[in-house]
Amino acid sequence: MNLEKLMRIDRRLIFLLIALAVIFPLLFPIGLPTHLSKPVQDTFNAVDSIPPDGPPLMLSIDYDPAAMPELYPMTLAILRHCFSRNIRVLILTLHRAGPGIGEMATTRIAKEYGKKEGEDYVYLGFKPGFGAVILRMGEDIHGAFLTDYYNRPIGEIPMMREIHNYDDIPLVICLSAAAIPELWMMYAGSRYHQTIAAGVTAVSAADYYPFLQTDQLVGLIGGLKGASEYEKLVNELEERLGVDKKRKESLSKEEYEKLQVSHSKASAGMDSQSIAHLVIIAFIVIGNVAYFAQRRKKR
Amino acid sequence: MRRQLPLAICFVMGISMVVQFFIPHRVSQEFYRTILDWYRIVFAFSLVLGTGTLIKVHWAKISKKSKGWQYSIITIGGLVFMLTVGFITGIQEGTLFMKVFEFVEVPLEATMFSLLAFYIASAAYRAFRARTVEATLLLIAAVVLMLGRIPFGYYLWHKIPGIAEWILTNPNMAAKRGIVIGVGLGMISTALKIILGIERSYIGGGK
Repeated sequence: MNLEKLMRIDRRLIFLLIALAVIFPLLFPIGLPTHLSKPVQDTFNAVDSIPPDGPPLMLSIDYDPAAMPELYPMTLAILRHCFSRNIRVLILTLHRAGPGIGEMATTRIAKEYGKKEGEDYVYLGFKPGFGAVILRMGEDIHGAFLTDYYNRPIGEIPMMREIHNYDDIPLVICLSAAAIPELWMMYAGSRYHQTIAAGVTAVSAADYYPFLQTDQLVGLIGGLKGASEYEKLVNELEERLGVDKKRKESLSKEEYEKLQVSHSKASAGMDSQSIAHLVIIAFIVIGNVAYFAQRRKKR
Repeated sequence: MRRQLPLAICFVMGISMVVQFFIPHRVSQEFYRTILDWYRIVFAFSLVLGTGTLIKVHWAKISKKSKGWQYSIITIGGLVFMLTVGFITGIQEGTLFMKVFEFVEVPLEATMFSLLAFYIASAAYRAFRARTVEATLLLIAAVVLMLGRIPFGYYLWHKIPGIAEWILTNPNMAAKRGIVIGVGLGMISTALKIILGIERSYIGGGK
């Protein structure tokens, strides 16, 4: 083949192959197995150590719909983990585009697990101010959020009567595609000694490794792979707890299969990501082979 | 006066917050809480200001029939529509507001972000050439990480995920930590310059 041609593959061909690499595994799943990494296992363990019906996990949904393919499966998996173990959850968002995502995830998973708003979970909604909101919650959550997402005064919500500040929150998980986990570490972590874990997009995961080593983060879920690992851990937990068995007995076969699909969204996406990565690597190799062959020819 | 007053407010508030941090007295704590509430109110007004500017800019485009003015109609129309629907139907799951969010905004934003995959593939093919030692190292690290983040990597060689993790927890962390410390020191010096009035560009027209 002509080296010049190999050096200058039409980018439309690259786009087409990437599109096929993404679409085909979604239509015909391969079912590649997931291998666990330590930062995800640590996050899972941190959530798992929260006692049932005790102090709640604080879940901060700080991302917009653009990051949903990676971060939404994480959100669902964490909520499923909490609800299957009867861990209470306090959900909020510091991102202006986050309220809709929080409402979708919370309402759907709570309904699936039969959880009651105000008793098993509370959705606080959005407050602008990033760092100022995090700092204010360290003083008094009731002062930072006067009402919840549904406009109910915080003082009237049964679950909130026992929750005042970070002393009553064993763990905060921030899910973000931007630098918001750093704000949580700086303000809630440093000033109020709050335990924090983060779920971030794959592209920003590398930025958070220094904070894992210093224990400023107790765990990290990175990208779709991290989400698929967490999903796997939750699916295994539900099998152990018998949640899955109960679900199988109470639902019709179609409903059960539909739920199984929604519980494996990240794992299904990993098939596409795997093939797409291989295609990109193949293009890098082709580009370099052509480059070296051409350089040798010139000499 | 127009320049001196903001500088004086900045100086007083900056110093007050630093001093307050070291005083655990009740009055000091109450002052801190009040300032945090003020900050949040000011921040909320920035959203109002942003919305106002958005309308102003797009309205001007429509009035002057500037290039692409039709898109401005959609922008303002979308804003008014979502605002109206939100006020009328509420923002809970199952409302029209949430349906528009789920079936219009979510796919639109996800589509925009997913375009990145195509550009990354094209850019990786063109830019990742082993021209120098540094470029070769970058290329090897990128390939190992890409393989380490997918199940295929494990099957190719079971140690690849471990090597990818090592790259993230050692060379990557060392470089990132240096950057973070540098940024941190830069933030402290910039904050001091602003409090002391040396850095004045935030009030406009400064040196």
